[in-house]
Amino acid sequence: MDLRFGVQLAIIGLTFFMLINASALLVLAERKIMGFMQQRYGPYLVGPHGLLQPLADILKLLMKEELRPKGADKWLFTLAPILSVTAAFAAFATVPWGAETTFFGLLETPVKLGVADVNVGLLVVFAITSMGVYGIVLAGWASNSKYSLMGGLRASAQMISYELAYATSLAAVILLAGSLSLREVVDTQAGTWFGFIPRWWIFLQPVGFLVYVIAGVAETNRAPFDFPEAEQELVAGYNTEYSSVRFALFPQAEYINMATMSAVATDLYLGGWHGIPLLDAYGLSWVTFLLKVGAILFTYIWMRWTLPRYRYDQLMAFGWKFLFPLSVVNLIVTAALVLYFNA
Amino acid sequence: MPEIVTFYLLAGGAVVASGLVIGQRNPMYSVMFLIVAFAALAGLYIQLEAPFVAVAQIIIYAGAIMVLFLFVVMLLNAPQEDGAEWDRTHPLRRPGMGRFGAVLAGVLILELAYALMAVNGLNAPVGGQTGAATVSSVRELGKVLFSRHAFAFEATSVLILVAMVGAVVLARREGDT
Amino acid sequence: MIPLSNYLIVSAVLFAIGTAGVFLRRNLITILLSVEIMLNAVNLTFVAFGRYRGDVDGQIITFFVMTVAAAEAAVGLALIIALFRHRESLNPDAFTSLKW
Repeated sequence: MDLRFGVQLAIIGLTFFMLINASALLVLAERKIMGFMQQRYGPYLVGPHGLLQPLADILKLLMKEELRPKGADKWLFTLAPILSVTAAFAAFATVPWGAETTFFGLLETPVKLGVADVNVGLLVVFAITSMGVYGIVLAGWASNSKYSLMGGLRASAQMISYELAYATSLAAVILLAGSLSLREVVDTQAGTWFGFIPRWWIFLQPVGFLVYVIAGVAETNRAPFDFPEAEQELVAGYNTEYSSVRFALFPQAEYINMATMSAVATDLYLGGWHGIPLLDAYGLSWVTFLLKVGAILFTYIWMRWTLPRYRYDQLMAFGWKFLFPLSVVNLIVTAALVLYFNA
Repeated sequence: MPEIVTFYLLAGGAVVASGLVIGQRNPMYSVMFLIVAFAALAGLYIQLEAPFVAVAQIIIYAGAIMVLFLFVVMLLNAPQEDGAEWDRTHPLRRPGMGRFGAVLAGVLILELAYALMAVNGLNAPVGGQTGAATVSSVRELGKVLFSRHAFAFEATSVLILVAMVGAVVLARREGDT
Repeated sequence: MIPLSNYLIVSAVLFAIGTAGVFLRRNLITILLSVEIMLNAVNLTFVAFGRYRGDVDGQIITFFVMTVAAAEAAVGLALIIALFRHRESLNPDAFTSLKW
C-alpha cells in the first residue's frame, strides 16, 4: 500500500518535472526548427549543437532586474503570470499519458500513468484552460499601459471566442467515445479495423480534428492567431511591461498550454498510447504517446513559421462565422450517424 | 476526519471570499475574490459528489460570467466608490448605517441558522442514502435532463437567445448599425 | 460524513452576505456580483438537498439556475454599460431622475 502511494506520488512529480522540461525543450525546439526552416542553424554555440540554450535563456531571465511600472496594480501585476502558469500546469492533471503498468511486476496491481483519472476528466481540462484567460487579461489591465491593455483585451476576446468551437468539437468525439474520462476515450481506440487501420477517432472525425487543432492554436495564442503578442504591431502585447521571472512565466505557460492541447488531441483523436504493439508489450506505451505529441507540437511550430498572421477582425470572423458553425454541423452529423448506425 | 476539515476549509474560504467581495472598494478586486469564492464552492460540490456540477460551475461561472464582469470593469474603468460625498448629503447614508446593515445581516444569518437547526432530520449526514451511487453519473444526469426536464431545457435555450439579443441591443452605441 | 445542516448553514451565510452586498454597496457592478453570490448560495442548497435525498434533480436544477444567472449577468452588464454611457457614474444614486 505504501509502495503504491509512493509510486503515485512519484508519477505526479515526474509529470510536473516533464512539463517543466517540455517548456524548456520547446523553447529550444522552436528556435532550432525556426532556424532550419529559414535555412540557418538555430542556436549553435551553447552546448553541443545548441542543446543547452534553454538553460542559458532561463539563467538570463532569472538574473534580470524585476521591474514594475509605477501605475501598475501591485497585487494583480504579480498575480497574472502566477495565474497563467498555474492554470497551464493544472490543466494537465487529468490527462493520461500511459497505459496502466506494474513497472515490470514491481507492484501487485497496475497503477495508471497520469496524475488523476476522474470521470469528467475532459471537462476539467476545459475548465482549467478557460481559467487561463484570466492571466492574460489581468496582465493586460494591471500593467497600466495602452499596448498591454489592447493586447490583453484582444487575447481574452479571442480565447473565449474559440472556446466555443473547441468545446463543440470535443462534444462530437465524446459522442462517439461515450465517456468524458480521457483514459476511457483512449481505451476505446485500441485495436484495428481490417487488421491494419488503427481505430483512432481521427478517421471517423477528420473535420472535428481539424476544428480542434485550429481552435487549440487560437486558444494558446499561437501563430497564425498570435495577435495578442504580435511583435510587429503591439510591441509585445500583454507582455510589454513584464521583465525577468514574471516575464519568463508567460512563455512557459504558453508552451505548457501547447503541450496540453497536443496531449489532449493525441488522447482524443490519435489513439493516445496505442499504436505500436511492440512497445505496449513492454510497458513502454508512453513512448508512442510522446512521439504523437511531438508530431503535433512540430506541426504547431511549423505553422508558426510558415503562415502569416491573421488580422484581428478576420480572426474573430473566422472563429465565429466559420469555425463554430462548422463544429456544430460536425456535431449534428456525428449525432445523426451515431443514431443511425446504432438503431 | 479529513472530510470535515476540507469542508470547513472550503466553506470558510467561500464565506471569507464572499465577505471580501462586498467589502472591497475596487470592483476589480471584488471580481477576483468572487472567482476564489466560486472555486471554493466548486470544491464543496465535489465533496457533495457532484463533479459535473463542480466543473460546470468553473466553466460557466468562473470561466465565462466572471470574464464578462472583468471586461465590463476594465472597459468602463469603473471608478472607485466615493462613499464620503454621499454620506454627507443623505441621512440614510451616514456611516453608522453601513454598520447597522451589517448587524442586520448577522441577525439574518442567526435566524436562518436557528430555523435550520430547529427542523428535525436535517442533522442526518449527507450521503448515507442508497441510490446515492447513481447521483454523480453524467449519464444519469443526461437521461433525467432530457426526459423529465426537457421542456425546461428547451425554454432555457430560448431564454439564452433572448438574453443574447437583448445584451447586444442594449450595449449598442447610438448610431451603430 | 458531513451533516446536511452544515451545507445549509453555509448556504444561508452566503445568501445573507449577498443580500447585505445588494443593500449596502453603492456600485452597480458590486451589486450584480452580490446577486451572483446569492444565486450560488441557492445552487449549493439545491445540490446539498439533492445529495441528501439521493436524487439527481438537485444537480439538474442547478444547471438551469446557472443558465439563468449567465443570461441575467449578460443583460445586467449590458444595462450597466448603457447606463454608464448616460451618466458617467456607476453609483445607483445618480439615476434618480424619476424621483419626485
